[in-house]
Formats: sequence, C-alpha cells, structure tokens
Amino acid sequence: MIQLENVTKTYPKASRPSLDDVSVGIEKGEFVFFIGPSGSGKSTIIKLLLHEVAPTQGKVMVNAKDVTSIRSWKIPHFRRSIGCVFQDFRLLPNRTAYENVAFALEVIGKTKAVSRRVVPEVLELVGLGGKEHRYPHELSGGEQQRVAVARAFVNRPLILLADEPTGNLDPDTSIEIMRLLDRINRTGTTVVMVTHDSNIVNQMRRRVIEIESGRIVRDQARGVYG
Amino acid sequence: MRLKYVLNEVLVGLWRNVTMTVAMIITMSVSLTMLGASVLLYLQVDQMKNYYYGNIEVSIFLRSDVTEAQRQAIDQAISSNPLVAERTYETREEALKRFQELWKDSPEFVKSVGPNSLPESFRVKLKDPEQYKTFADQIQGLQGIQDVIDQRTLLEKVFNIFNAIQVGALVVAGVMALAALLLVGNTIQVAAYSKRREVAVMKLVGASNWFIQAPFVLEAVVAGLIGAILGFIALFVSKVVLFDNKLQALTNILTPIDNGNVWLMLPLLAGVGAVVSAVTAWITLRFYLKV
Repeated sequence: MIQLENVTKTYPKASRPSLDDVSVGIEKGEFVFFIGPSGSGKSTIIKLLLHEVAPTQGKVMVNAKDVTSIRSWKIPHFRRSIGCVFQDFRLLPNRTAYENVAFALEVIGKTKAVSRRVVPEVLELVGLGGKEHRYPHELSGGEQQRVAVARAFVNRPLILLADEPTGNLDPDTSIEIMRLLDRINRTGTTVVMVTHDSNIVNQMRRRVIEIESGRIVRDQARGVYG
Repeated sequence: MRLKYVLNEVLVGLWRNVTMTVAMIITMSVSLTMLGASVLLYLQVDQMKNYYYGNIEVSIFLRSDVTEAQRQAIDQAISSNPLVAERTYETREEALKRFQELWKDSPEFVKSVGPNSLPESFRVKLKDPEQYKTFADQIQGLQGIQDVIDQRTLLEKVFNIFNAIQVGALVVAGVMALAALLLVGNTIQVAAYSKRREVAVMKLVGASNWFIQAPFVLEAVVAGLIGAILGFIALFVSKVVLFDNKLQALTNILTPIDNGNVWLMLPLLAGVGAVVSAVTAWITLRFYLKV
C-alpha cells in the first residue's frame, strides 16, 4: 500500500536532512505509528505521502503509484484516496458539523443528494449522531476531532493519515479518538498515525516505527513507545 | 450545483471587499476608455488618410512675371509627366473668385486683395500621392515657377497631432492598466486570504485546481467586464457629446466617426478587460495559493 524506498528529504537551507535514506513498507489494512521526538522527521512522512513536498532522493509509492511522477494537475485526484486528520482539526468555523463534512464531498463534485445520504451516516459512525447542526465552537475538542475524522473518512479513502490527532486532547478523549481510528482501521482502511503520545502507543499495541534524526531506529510489530 | 456554488462565491467575494472592487472597476474602466479612444482615433486617422489622400492636390504657383512661353513649357512638362493623373489650370481671375467665395464673410479682407495679388496656378492630382517628391523634383527646375506646394505635407502635420494624441491615450491606458492590474492582484490576494481555511480544506480533500481557482478568477473577470462596460459607456457618451454636439464644426475636417466603429469597442474592451483580469488573477493565485 505504502512504500518508501531510500527516501531522503532535505528542506532548502536545512543543514541536515529531515529524512535520511528511509525505507519502509506498509501493507493494506495495517495500523502504523510513527513516533519520535519533535523535529525527528515524522511529519515529513505525512507531507511526502500527500505530495505536499517531494523527496530529495528516493521513491514514494502510494497505492502502487509513484507519487513523485504524478502530474501536478492530477494530484488533487490522487489526494481523494487519502483522508487526513490533524492536531488542529482544521474545521471551517462558520459551518456546522454536517456542513463541514458535506463541504468536503461537494468540492470534489458530489451532489447534495449524495451528501444528504452519506453525511448523517458517517457522523453517526464517529458518534456525533444528534449533533450534526452544531458549529465547531459549540463542540468539545474531542467532538471537533470526530468531525474531522468524519470528513477524512466520508470518501472511504484507502489510507487515513493522522498527524498528532490527539495532540490537543486530554487523555480520556484521546482514547476515544483512538477507538474511532481503530474502528475505521477495521473497515480495511490503512491508518498511518504520527504521534509522540506514549500512553496511546502503549495501549494500542500496534506496529511502531521510531524515527530519530531522520532515520528509522526501530520497527516493531505490536510495539510500545519504548 | 457546482456552478451555483461558484457563482455564489463570486458575488460574496465581490461584495466582501466592496471598496477594493470599486477601485478595481474604476481604474479598469478608465484604462479601457483610453484604450478604446486610442483605437477609435487610429481607425479614424486611417479613414481620414484614405479620404484625404484620394483628393490630394499639388499646387504649382507661377511667378507674377511668368511669360507665355514659360507657362506653356510648364503645362507641357506637367501634361507629359507619367506621374500625373489629372491637371487643371487656374487663372488669376478664377483664383480671386474662389478666394472671394471662401472669405465672403469678411468683405474688408476681400477688398484688400486686388486681382493681381493672387498667383495663377496649376492644380495637379498625382496617380500616387506618395510620389510627390519625385514629381516636385522633376518640375521644380522649370523657369517661371514660384512654388510647388503639396497638400500632403499640410495634412501630415494634422495627422501628426492625431498620432500624438493617440500615443498619449495609449500611454495613459498603459499606466492605468498597470494600476488596474496591481489592484486586481491585491484584491485576489485579499480574497484568497479571507478564504484561506476553505482553500486549505479544499486542497486537503482533493478539490480540483480549477474548482479552487474559479471563484477568484471569475471575481476578477466580472470586475473587468463591469469596467469594460463603464468604459464603453464613457466612450459612447463622449462621442455623442463632443463630436455630435459641441465640436460639430470639427467634423468638417474630421470625417464623421462611424457609430459601427464605436460599437465595435464594446466587444474589444470587454475582451481585453476580461482576459487581462483573468490572467492577472490566475498568476496571482499561482504564487499565492500555490495550487
């Protein structure tokens, strides 16, 4: 599903590479944590997978496609197969939970009829049934993140990328979000999560890839934070 | 549905930033008015050149002490010259009559001119008015000629003035266009900034580039079109007021401005306004949104 082959990424003006000759493979349906201290390069992996940045060297394969060779005008279409969740939720403040999710559908050309059918379903799935018409400021942090997860998942992507999704949440809420991501993983969606929340990693007991100074120092199935 | 979304975004966008929109439209319309005026002037001068150069004459004034033999020699030289299409001879009496006719409103002036003050002359029409120089060189050396005058050189002075006005209008159009472009760029940046969250989400979920850019580009195009329509109205009104009323006397010299030509300015201005705004907006977005 995801293959990084000898990937090096050096940002302009950076003294050392963010990722240094990283090779890793992720199978379909896996749940993978990327862990490591701030600045270790784990967020760069998310950016590479979304083709927000291009690798300096090496190959990034997503869904059997070489990401770097995708023509720039086809990148939007490519991104539709990837869902994304962030630490800061990135919801539109002037739209309700329902509208936030529907917006993501409608800007990629789905009709209102489709969103009327699909959006309540996915909001129900993330546990927001009955709160469809609340605005983000009327929702708790955990509920806002659920809206974000619903938005990321509504297209049934093959891959869900989560960049520190629990970074702004308290431990109990974090665990609820993890349960949600776990449930999404069980539908067959590959989940890649970047985090430095040791508590969560230790509880989930999933594959852990640890990065330090741009290199993989540990890759362990059913790992702990360490 | 998507069309409705895009159109709604355009209207909201124009209204959100209404002072900037107005500034954009005004500069755009002034620039386009100047462009239209300059193109009209160009068409006009072209038309006038065709009109006047067709009727152009070379006047050969004879000396007052010209002899009969000299006159005949000159007549002979003109008639046999292959460049000449047509020639007429004007005696002193005819010249005086024509003069009296021309200045009949100023009898004092007419009285002061005696029958001998005006020279007799040959009026020559050339087959090709451009050949004046060659013709003048061939004829100038003959005895008894006072002066050879080409109306063309007089006309050229008039046309030079028109050309200068035209260039001036183009320069103003260019400077205003620059201001308009900067305003368009700025307006688009402000619009993109105020919608940065939406744009970020759209990029994230994979909305196509045209869908992200269309509302911004159309916003600029709508402003450009409104500017073009205002510019056209300004042009039309000034044509009616200046040339059809106030300066009607001028139309004796100017050939009349064809209304068809003025109407032609509407699609021209609209096209230029829309395309220039769209391209500016699109380039701004490429730098600003990086989509």
